[in-house]
Amino acid sequence: MENMGVVFALLGAVFSALFAGIGSSIGVGLAGRAASGAVTEDSSLFSKVLILQLLPGTQGIYGLLIAFITLTQIGIMGGSADISMYKGLLYFAACLPMAVVGLISAILQAKCSVSAIALVTKHPDQFGKAMIFPAMVETYAILALLVSILSVFGIANVPV
Amino acid sequence: MSKVLMKRIFICGPRTQRKNILELLQRMGTVEINSDDIRDEAFSTMDVETQRSTFLRAAKQSEEALAILKEYAPDKSEGLLSSLEDARSIEKASYDGQLAHVGDYLETALKIVNINKQMIEDKTAIPKCRTDMEALSAWKDLDIPLDFIGTSKSRVFIGSISEEASASQIYEKLSAAVEDKDIPDIDVDIISTDKTITAFMVICHADDAAKVENALKQIDFQRAPSSKSVPKEEIKALNDRISNYEADIKKCIDQIAGYAGERENIKFASDYYSMRADKYEVLGNLPQSANAFFISGFTPAATADRVAKKLEAYDAVVEISDTLPEDDVPCELKNGFLSDPMESVVESFSYPSKGEIDPSKITACFYYILFGMMLSDAGYGLMLVLGCGFALLKVKNMKPSMKKMMKLLFFSGISTVFWGFMFGSFFGNAVNIIATTFFNRPDIALNPIWMDPQKEPMKLLVVAFLIGIIHLLTGLTVKLYELLKDGLYIDAIYDCLFWYMFVGGGIVYILTMPMITNMLGLTFTLSSTVGTISLAAMGIGCAGVILTGGRESKNWFKRILKGLYAAYGITGYLSDILSYSRLLALGLATGVIAQVFNQMGSMIGNSWYGVILFTLIFVVGHAVNLGINVLGAYVHTNRLQFVEFFGKFYEGGGKKFSPFKENTKYYKVKEEI
Repeated sequence: MENMGVVFALLGAVFSALFAGIGSSIGVGLAGRAASGAVTEDSSLFSKVLILQLLPGTQGIYGLLIAFITLTQIGIMGGSADISMYKGLLYFAACLPMAVVGLISAILQAKCSVSAIALVTKHPDQFGKAMIFPAMVETYAILALLVSILSVFGIANVPV
Repeated sequence: MSKVLMKRIFICGPRTQRKNILELLQRMGTVEINSDDIRDEAFSTMDVETQRSTFLRAAKQSEEALAILKEYAPDKSEGLLSSLEDARSIEKASYDGQLAHVGDYLETALKIVNINKQMIEDKTAIPKCRTDMEALSAWKDLDIPLDFIGTSKSRVFIGSISEEASASQIYEKLSAAVEDKDIPDIDVDIISTDKTITAFMVICHADDAAKVENALKQIDFQRAPSSKSVPKEEIKALNDRISNYEADIKKCIDQIAGYAGERENIKFASDYYSMRADKYEVLGNLPQSANAFFISGFTPAATADRVAKKLEAYDAVVEISDTLPEDDVPCELKNGFLSDPMESVVESFSYPSKGEIDPSKITACFYYILFGMMLSDAGYGLMLVLGCGFALLKVKNMKPSMKKMMKLLFFSGISTVFWGFMFGSFFGNAVNIIATTFFNRPDIALNPIWMDPQKEPMKLLVVAFLIGIIHLLTGLTVKLYELLKDGLYIDAIYDCLFWYMFVGGGIVYILTMPMITNMLGLTFTLSSTVGTISLAAMGIGCAGVILTGGRESKNWFKRILKGLYAAYGITGYLSDILSYSRLLALGLATGVIAQVFNQMGSMIGNSWYGVILFTLIFVVGHAVNLGINVLGAYVHTNRLQFVEFFGKFYEGGGKKFSPFKENTKYYKVKEEI
């Protein structure tokens, strides 16, 4: 059982890449379909709708980010992977915000993006506003990212 | 903060000079026409829809011809950067010189469109010939025509069944299918057979024809495609037709390519007709009397007098006056070198409404700093500076909106380089990774000038909040300025001063709590005296907001309730400040992902293929990271400006100044004002 620490820590890293990645791929997929529709109407909208399509893609990257720093911290990427059970669970917990919020916010942000794409198709000059609505949802992914980052960095200093 | 001052302009001109005056206005492009306020029964308007649609069609046909030319005779001089270019300006004299030929130019364009139509017809005919040939291929060894039905005494059936069969098998099938099992004398000749089709010919006596035909129907016999000549000749004829079409297509392409020299002329025609269409649109709305026409609108004050003088040269009477308070004055922004890229940011939010200031300058103060902190990598910043700098240098005549975007990224790039060195990030930790992997010198690294965000994230978080507080309070200050400017001193105290005390007192008070300062990693805790003072300030501010927040209500009970709700807005400030944590989060994201790519690239170690792998992953990885993070930094900087900053003082809702001008793609006729 004493070796289970690294298992939990790795599980955390994998969860954050996994769920945030799933969320983003669903999100980018949803928005991409709407974007293709918009480009069929007016091909000059391509660059605008591409940006809107990419917006829900960031959660996956944040997930990768948390996974990577966790892997580095727990010694999977080189160094000794000697983690106590207690610390392993801490890492697992630290990764959860990014994993869960990443999954859900990416999908909701994508729905926002789809509507924003519809807006841009009708009023291409309203792009600035259309971009802000999906970006609002992203705030919570960023907050989750922040909590995860601070926790993962902080656990190294926890005296256990 | 400069909105261009507008004047009202009223023009009355003789109808004889109408064309000249409208064209002059279009060339100058400084008057927004809005003649709604001079509608009167005494005036009439012209119906110009027919002419206008004729011009629009001509412009569309020219564009079509240009697209065809582009496909078959691409312009070699057109580089990657030329899509950024704005319309080229030409002298009035050279424009006038070309006017006489514009009809010929349009005719050339029509010729190109027609040749293309012909070519499309040819192109669709070829596949049809090929399917016909395909259908004939099963009968190619037959030496009689396919619609040969027989001689006077005999009948011939030529056709196929869709399976593989030999002559005897078909004979058996027919004898099984024939009425009363009594098969007449027939001769079955297989012409060709494969897995999916057997082509054959059945010969019988003319008297048995009906019987045989019936039997054939039973076994799903398909008649051969009708043709008067022998299949071999027919196939040859089809082949000839295909090569004819192909030769024709080639000829068409050559013809189109031969018109490549006319490209500039067709561009001229396209611009000319779209300009005329615009002019007729204006003309259609123009109030006119028997001998005169009238224009009313807005024009920038700076050039108003010169515009008037030019118009007077065409016998027009021009009246320039100050705008009236009830006028819906359109808005144009004019800013200096650093803040003019902000106009596009402000435009994408909303133009300032009548009483508001142009927020471009004050936005610029923060925009570059915020963008730089979010991207925060010197290498990426350098790429932006070099890329946009190159485009700005190379394309002199860039589209204004594109130029603003390029400048925005250029300045943001400079700020990014600055923050990158502050945080010690140059393509992530590329310096250290390259030195360690390929030169075995792990001691070489780019040290941060200020701090390493990955080692001290809390410190940077505090900095981010601090920048946020400054940003928000600056927004509040702009509101204060606007209120004072309009002489609303009481409102300034109620809506700004109380909030300063409320928010400022709160922030200072928090810093007197050891729990908070420890958490934020600050080295100081303010003394309790400061705490008392700040608490008092906060209390006064809060009470002030509660008492005055709902001052538009006369009823005191309602007023206090509304005031309480206004005071609840303090939570908005809290979340606004927390929102700036994205400065840290996005900055870390850039740096860490850059490191991921560096580390992936260096995995194989120091060898020749290691170098190749590293280069490959470095280039692709950093390009992807740069793209995604520039997008992120742009979107989130805008968000901080639009939501957190503008939320404090700016509503927008103004109308953009859209003068009657040459909305052309390729040429602009010069007109000095």
